[in-house]
Amino acid sequence: MTILIALATLGGLTLLLALMLLLANKKLYVYEDPRIDTVEEMLPHANCGACGFPGCRPFAEALVEGKVLPGKCTVSSPEGREAIATYLGVDAGAEEKKVARLACAGGINVARNKAGYQGLKSCQAASLVSGGGKACFWGCLGLGDCEAVCDFDAITMNEFSIPVVDEEKCTACGDCVAICPKDLFSLQPESNRLWVACKNLEAGDGVLEDCEVGCTACGKCAMDAPGDLIVIRNNLPVINYKYAGLQSPDPIQRCPTGSIVWIDRDKGIIKGRESKKIIRQGAIKTGAS
Amino acid sequence: MNTESMWYIFINACLVNNFVLAYFLGICPFLGVSGKLDTASKMGAAVTFVMLISSMCAYGIHALLVAVNAPFLQLISYIVVIASTVQLVEMFIRKMSPALFRALGIFLPLITTNCAILGLALFQTNKGYDFLQSLVYALGAGAGFTLALVLMAGLREQLGFTEAPKVVRGTVITLLIAGILSLTFMGFSGLGN
Repeated sequence: MTILIALATLGGLTLLLALMLLLANKKLYVYEDPRIDTVEEMLPHANCGACGFPGCRPFAEALVEGKVLPGKCTVSSPEGREAIATYLGVDAGAEEKKVARLACAGGINVARNKAGYQGLKSCQAASLVSGGGKACFWGCLGLGDCEAVCDFDAITMNEFSIPVVDEEKCTACGDCVAICPKDLFSLQPESNRLWVACKNLEAGDGVLEDCEVGCTACGKCAMDAPGDLIVIRNNLPVINYKYAGLQSPDPIQRCPTGSIVWIDRDKGIIKGRESKKIIRQGAIKTGAS
Repeated sequence: MNTESMWYIFINACLVNNFVLAYFLGICPFLGVSGKLDTASKMGAAVTFVMLISSMCAYGIHALLVAVNAPFLQLISYIVVIASTVQLVEMFIRKMSPALFRALGIFLPLITTNCAILGLALFQTNKGYDFLQSLVYALGAGAGFTLALVLMAGLREQLGFTEAPKVVRGTVITLLIAGILSLTFMGFSGLGN
């Protein structure tokens, strides 16, 4: 008897509720643009947020409403953007691709350690112990937090424990920027080819005791650059990218340490003629010089 | 103080036996949506709303189950009825007020099956509240939930400006603060039932 009552009560209850919801679904149906689904299908489904929207779906909604252009999505291929633009009958629009750039070149072959860090293999953890083992306080700790956090396999650590960004794969999602305890990564438009790969705020040759490729604030690059393209601020060259049209490989040529570089689309990082050739292939010994 | 009075019920549910900080119910939205004061207060409003609805539903279902002499169906039927009623209300809001839907909509499906909502329905039945008392109890519980969420959001917004060590930033320090907040609410313990 009890089981019958239970069955009847619960069965009746669910049936009633199901009927109610069914009716409500019919009566209270809200029309949604079917194009949103189609456009979302065409997007890369990375949900990375590089476009400034929380995910691909809100971006698709904004696209259909015409608030943004497909070019805002830097992850999808040019053909993909073109396909969306054709489907919606709008201009594809171009958003310049941004990539993550590292402001340090001090691998274990050129930068000295003042202490041997032996704890958890994580830059975040290492930076808590007196800023990590690097002699240069601003330098890359080389433990690969950025490599681990990158969802697109765009960052790999090279043989000298310095992260190398694959500009093809980088989507400028900003994860590496957030995780680096030394704030060495920043998102830069791909066309910014002139780049200062150092964050050491000290001046003079003392810098070179800690790192062979550090910037000594000699100012030669600023002198060779046209106009106000490069100024020395806080003992570091600062490139005014608002004059990005004036960029050329000239200012890097007299840099004695190669800390200001030209990032070539095909050949990668190019150092100036007068920069010292780095021949050491192993790690520098830890301890006082 | 008379334990049947409306004020007693309200204060009891809101402060003394706060659902989040004393019963540890609804921890998921408490940690998930307490990042910004704005969303936290909206979430609090949504939870209060759902609590009121589920309180009403639970009262009706309880009466029905007593009538057919099947109180063992309490748990399962509460879940079914509350979830589908909230679903219905969500559809209704979506049709009638798109602005309100945008503000509350994403939270509603998240909280229908939340333990704080089910806990409220079960508690009010166990305490044997009548219809009006149930509503006040739900209002108090909702206010308590909102209070906890808003307190937490305010603290977390302030945290953004402090120099916490990098390893404890994020979830770790949030949990620490939740613990301390709960400890302070323990000061009320024993005052209610």
